[in-house]
This record gives sequence, C-alpha cells and structure tokens, in this order.
Amino acid sequence: MDFNADHFALFQQPRRFRQDVALLDKRYIDAQAQVHPDRFAHAGEAERRLSLQWATRVNEAYQTLKKPLTRAKYLLMLAGHDLGEENNTAMPADFLMEQMEWREALEEARTAGNHHELEAMHRRIRQRMNDSYEEIAVLLDDKEDHVSAAACVRRLMFLEKLLADIDEAIASLEE
Amino acid sequence: MSLLQIAEPGESAAPHQHKLAVGIDLGTTNSLVATVRSGMSVVISDELGRPLLPSVVHYCADGDKIVGYEAEAQKAVDPRNVIVSAKRFMGRGLKDIAHRESMPYDFEDNPGMVRLRTVAGVKTPVEVSAEILNVLRERAEAALGGTLVGAVITVPAYFDDAQRQATKDAAKLAGINVLRLLNEPTAAAIAYGLDNAAEGVYAVYDLGGGTFDISILRLSRGVFEVLSTGGDSSLGGDDFDQRIFCWIIEAAGLKPLSAGDARLLLTSAREAKEYLTQHAVAPIAARLASGEEVDLKLTTEIFTEISKTLVTKTIQPVRKALRDAGLTVEDVKGVVMVGGATRMPQIQRAVGEFFGQAPLNNLDPDKVVALGAATQANLLAGNLTGDDNWLLLDVIPLSLGLETMGGLVERIIPRNSTIPVARAQEFTTFKDGQTALAVHVIQGERDLVSDCRSLARFELRGIPPMVAGAARIRVTFQVDADGLLSVTAREMTTGVESSITVKPSYGLSDDEVASMLKDSMLHSKDDALRRALKESQVEAQRLIEAVQSALRNDGELLADEQRGKIEAAISRLQVAVLGEDKRQLGVAMNDLEAETREFAAKRMDKSIRTVFAGKNIDELESVAASEKSSGESA
Repeated sequence: MDFNADHFALFQQPRRFRQDVALLDKRYIDAQAQVHPDRFAHAGEAERRLSLQWATRVNEAYQTLKKPLTRAKYLLMLAGHDLGEENNTAMPADFLMEQMEWREALEEARTAGNHHELEAMHRRIRQRMNDSYEEIAVLLDDKEDHVSAAACVRRLMFLEKLLADIDEAIASLEE
Repeated sequence: MSLLQIAEPGESAAPHQHKLAVGIDLGTTNSLVATVRSGMSVVISDELGRPLLPSVVHYCADGDKIVGYEAEAQKAVDPRNVIVSAKRFMGRGLKDIAHRESMPYDFEDNPGMVRLRTVAGVKTPVEVSAEILNVLRERAEAALGGTLVGAVITVPAYFDDAQRQATKDAAKLAGINVLRLLNEPTAAAIAYGLDNAAEGVYAVYDLGGGTFDISILRLSRGVFEVLSTGGDSSLGGDDFDQRIFCWIIEAAGLKPLSAGDARLLLTSAREAKEYLTQHAVAPIAARLASGEEVDLKLTTEIFTEISKTLVTKTIQPVRKALRDAGLTVEDVKGVVMVGGATRMPQIQRAVGEFFGQAPLNNLDPDKVVALGAATQANLLAGNLTGDDNWLLLDVIPLSLGLETMGGLVERIIPRNSTIPVARAQEFTTFKDGQTALAVHVIQGERDLVSDCRSLARFELRGIPPMVAGAARIRVTFQVDADGLLSVTAREMTTGVESSITVKPSYGLSDDEVASMLKDSMLHSKDDALRRALKESQVEAQRLIEAVQSALRNDGELLADEQRGKIEAAISRLQVAVLGEDKRQLGVAMNDLEAETREFAAKRMDKSIRTVFAGKNIDELESVAASEKSSGESA
C-alpha cells in the first residue's frame, strides 16, 4: 500500500469504473485492520500519529471508490478531465426542462403532504441514476469517452441533488 | 470488597503482562466501571456490593465532596449544592438547558459552558464529572490492586465536539488516561455482538437519563461498522420525570415551589415512573416544606398520555438514521434496547411497533454499555494478541462546516462519515500583508450559521506577509477516532506552518484545564502529587513495554546504531521510573519517543506491506471473475 498512490492503486484495484465491490470492501477491512488507531491506542505518540494519517487516507480512498458517482468523478479527474460543473449552460435544454418538471412535481407533492408520491419519486430518480451508472461503465471502461462520461456525471449530480431534496421533503413531512 | 483474581490458577500468561484497563459508563443518572477478568467483562462494585454509582456530587461548606448514594440522599436537603445530571450541562451554554427554571441550581450566566455557583465555589460541569470519574478510578484501582493504564469512556453517539472534549477534560482532571471515547450504542453493540455472535444489521436504541441515541450498525465476522447515527442529546428519562412533575403540580394545584420541594417532587416523579414499569397505578404522596400535601394516583394511561410526544420525539431520529443508512425497517435484524429508561412499557411498545419486531432486552440495559466499554478497553490496552480481535468503524454524528460570507455554512465533513476523516480547504488573504486568519467552525445540518452550533474559533497566525490574494493557506480539518476535531494550517507557497489558537465556544481552554489540575494538586493533600507521579510511572512503564515489544517483533528493521540509541533511552527511562522526579520522568519519556520516531515509521511500513500480500487462490479467482462481469448498480 503506497500512501501517495491514487485510490485505486492504494487498494490494488484496477483503475476503472466497474469494480468488484465485495473485493473492495474486503481490501478496505484488511487495510483498516492494520492501520486503525484502535490498534495503536497503547503505542507511542509517533505510531499513533502515523496510524491516524493512514486510517484517514484509507477511509478517504474507500469512500471515494465505494459510491459510483464519486468513483466516476475521480476517474475523470485522474484522466485530467475538468468537469466544468459550474457551467449550467453546458447542460442540454431538454435535460434542464425535465429537471424543472421534476422540481415542480416535488413542490406540489411537498405542499400537498403527499408522502406516497414523494416515495415514488425517490424510487424513480434512483432507478434513473442506476441506469446512468450502466451508461457510464460503458463510456469510461469500454469506449474511454471522457467527454460523454463527464456529461453523464454532470446530469447525475443534478439527480443526486434532486434526490437529496426529495428526502428532505419526506423528512419534513415526518416531523 | 475483594481483590479480583489477576489470573486463574494454571494460566500460562505472565500476570504482570496484563494491563489494568477499564471501561467507564459516565451516565446522566448512574455511572459504572467495568473490567475484563479471565476473558469476561464484569462490573466493579463498591464496598457494599453496589454496581451503580449515582452521578451525583454534593459540595459541602467545609470543602468536602461527596459522590454517589450519600450525595443523593442530601439532594432535597441541600438542593443548590447537590449536583444531579451534570452530563446535561457538559459543553452546553445556559440557554441550551431546558427546564432550568425548575432546577434548584444557581447557574452562572457567562458565554461558553454553563457554570454552577456552589458553597464550595463556582464549578464547571467538567469538574463535577471529574469527581465522579475519580471515585470510579479509585474503586477500580482498589479492586485491581494497581494503577490503571487507561480507560475507555463512553459518550452518547450524538454528543458534539464540545461535549466530547469536556468529557476528555474531566478524565484528565481525574487522572485517567483515555484510551478512547467510545459511543454508547457502539459499546452496547460490542457487548451484544460478541456475546451473541450476531451477524447482520442491528439498531441500537439507547434512551438514557438525559440523552437519546439511535445507531444503525452492520455486524459481520469481527467487524462492527456503524452505518449511521442520530439522536437528541437533550432528551432522556429525566424529561419523562419532568412531565410527571408538571402533572403533579397541576393536579395538586400547588403554589410555586421552593428549591427543596421541587427536588422532592422530581424524586417522587422519578419513583412513580419506575413503579409504573411493573404496576398499573403509582401512588404519589408527599408533604412539602410549604405545608402543602400531595396525594395522587398516577395511572399508566395518564403517564402514557402525558409522555406521548416524548416517545414520538425518539422515533424521528430513528427514521432519519435509517434513511441516512439507505435502509428500511425490514433490513433490521434486531433492535437492542439500552439505558434504564427503555424499561418503560410505552417505549418498548413504540419501538416494537416501529420495527415490527420485539426489541431485544437480554442484556441488562443499565450495564451493557460499561461491559462493552471494558471489552474494548481490554483490546486497546494491548491485552489481546492476534486473531480474534475485532474492528470498530464508527462515524461522526454531525456535519462539520465553516462560516462563510453572509453567515452561511459551507459543509466540509458530512455527518455519518467514517472516522478518522480529514478534509482540506484552501483560504487566502484579503488585505496586503495580512498575517492572520480567523476560521469559525460549526456543527449541524442547516444552511445558516445561526441555526447551527458554534464549535470553536480558530485563529491562524504567522502567515507570511504577501500581497492580498497571493497566500494559499491550506487548512486541514482532522476528526480523530474519538470524534474530536483538530486543525492544522500551512501556507502552501512558502511551506510555513501557521500556529493555531483555539477558542472553544462551549469548552475549557487548555490553560483553564491546566490551572484546574494544578489547583487540585495544591488543595488536595499530598495524595494528589503522589498519584500524579504514580500515573506518570505507569505511563512510562507502558511506553517501555511497547518499545520492547516492538524491538522483539521488528528489531531487524533497525541498524545496530539506531537500536543502541533506543536501548539507551529505555535504560534512562527505567532509571527515571525508579526516581521521584516527575519532571525528569517526562523528559526521559520524550527522549524515548523521539528516538523511536523513525522506527515507528519503519514498522508502519512493514505492517502496510503485509496488507494484500497474502492473496489466496479464492481472491485471485474472484478478481478474474470480476474482470469478466459487467459492473454493478448503485
């Protein structure tokens, strides 16, 4: 394990989107079992400091690789591709239109206190996101089409924000 | 009280190798200390065989401090000086404390942590907690026949940084080396999980005297992974007492109460609550100092009705924790109940209904946290070798953020991040020659600073003077395994490290803790100084053993010269341990630490290299298989 390697190399995983998540989990546990601060609670100060750095590094790498969206963003970053996420106008018009419709539906469901509809929306958005991950796998691993993958990732970021807002609406209905 | 057996007859492990470590449950209502003996976690009782220590401290006019049952007996007699439920005041300001009007204390209103004016002077909740911890430490050391190497102290999972730091400060004042601050639900999960060899997703519902926690954990072969945690650090059994208290006042038509009468009725309320666990009706009878009489009957129906909103209040964080974990109730294999307050029938019913299964109560809800903490302490102290060790992966309960322009929050570390975790943020200067920078850190989930909790203000000084906007100051926020935040800063263009002064919003500064420590030395008898020396000697011994063990296992990593220097430093420290000079002891310890720094790095490298080194056939096959398969969904 090399501290300064990228997240994939840290866990000795291939640098690609499709990952064996079960294996990644196992590597993560194996790594933490060696470096976690609990193992060094009775050791000297230097070891405790090193352990803290390593365990933090391992957590950072794992969290990035575990979730498909952060993994995709990371791969693009490693490939030197700038996501240009600030740039709204890079989004296709029909996508933005669809986002507006989703948000109107969210607002309606929220004001109406329609828990059922909000849960249904959550499921639909989740499914959309899962389908996008399939798309990204092909774009990144098979075609190495970073430009299209980046566009897909930007759309996913919108969907992720939408999902978070739906969840917040559900939460506020429960209070 | 008997001296606990150090080793079973016939045990081969040398007894002197076993490090004395304990787990401490510093509870709102009661505290406990437990340890592992002959492979089993046991609670250490007092001389009268009582396992619980009421978390009550009585400050007397003559300067005496009484802790526990004796103090509790005085609470209606001397309400202002008998401090109960101090845990509710740790890391809290005056305005954070609900129902303070019905509390008999003389609160001091100043910014920062609340203080209490007692006949023995102004006390912080940290000092009150330190008195309780001190008694537990003495109890354990007497039972185990030696000075403790360290303790695992539990805290509510939902405690914020200020509350955690206050707990650690209290331990310091009590002369306890904290091996780890452990979240209470996680401690309970350890006790439960190891006991039952459980696997799967479990929820721990922990309702204590003053705090409520819900944690969702995944238990699987030796790994305890917290998926999410939530709760309310101002909600507990005390609040149920409060409801009954208010009902009594209304039902009996009482006039405004004196401090003593308030304390009396709160006690009656608590007793009634506990009585209703096993009975349908609780009689409440009291004669007040004011001459008024109370003669009421509280039924289960009335109690359920008046406490309904409190019960609902516990379910909300449960829903949120499940959502944060991405799970539903169907995914939860079992619900573990922790904390005396979970004995209330309406709680058992509400939890059972919500999860659609009977909650698990097979471990004593009062003891399970201490027992789990003791088990963890045994591991952390280094008493367990090898293969049956478990891994605990816990999380930070609240998001950490920074104040930005316009009173907005920029979240830098999200809640439920696995700890330890760090994030770096870059800042720059806005004036030419600016050499300092102020950073305001808060905890919470809202977008406005005013809706979140102020953690601390960090001042970064020593920034090399430059043109405005030229400096690139990288500030790293690190949350350690105790859930505590530390901040480092470096100016990137020059590599200069900024020095950081911390002004905790609801905590004690390092200076304040140091001066309290000194005070306790001056005003106690010689015992305090002798004890401090003893603690340093134990710490030094621990370090010596750790280094010797390292030399035995990994000595081949060192060149002869390096090894020689380390061994010389060990000898010097061994000599210092035999002496009475605490300062010299400290110097010798620092020397040994310094000499082993490089060795520590080499050992860490060696450890790292073993990770993934032993790839077995199964793993290689699974790698090949995954290369053929077509990815996975979210």
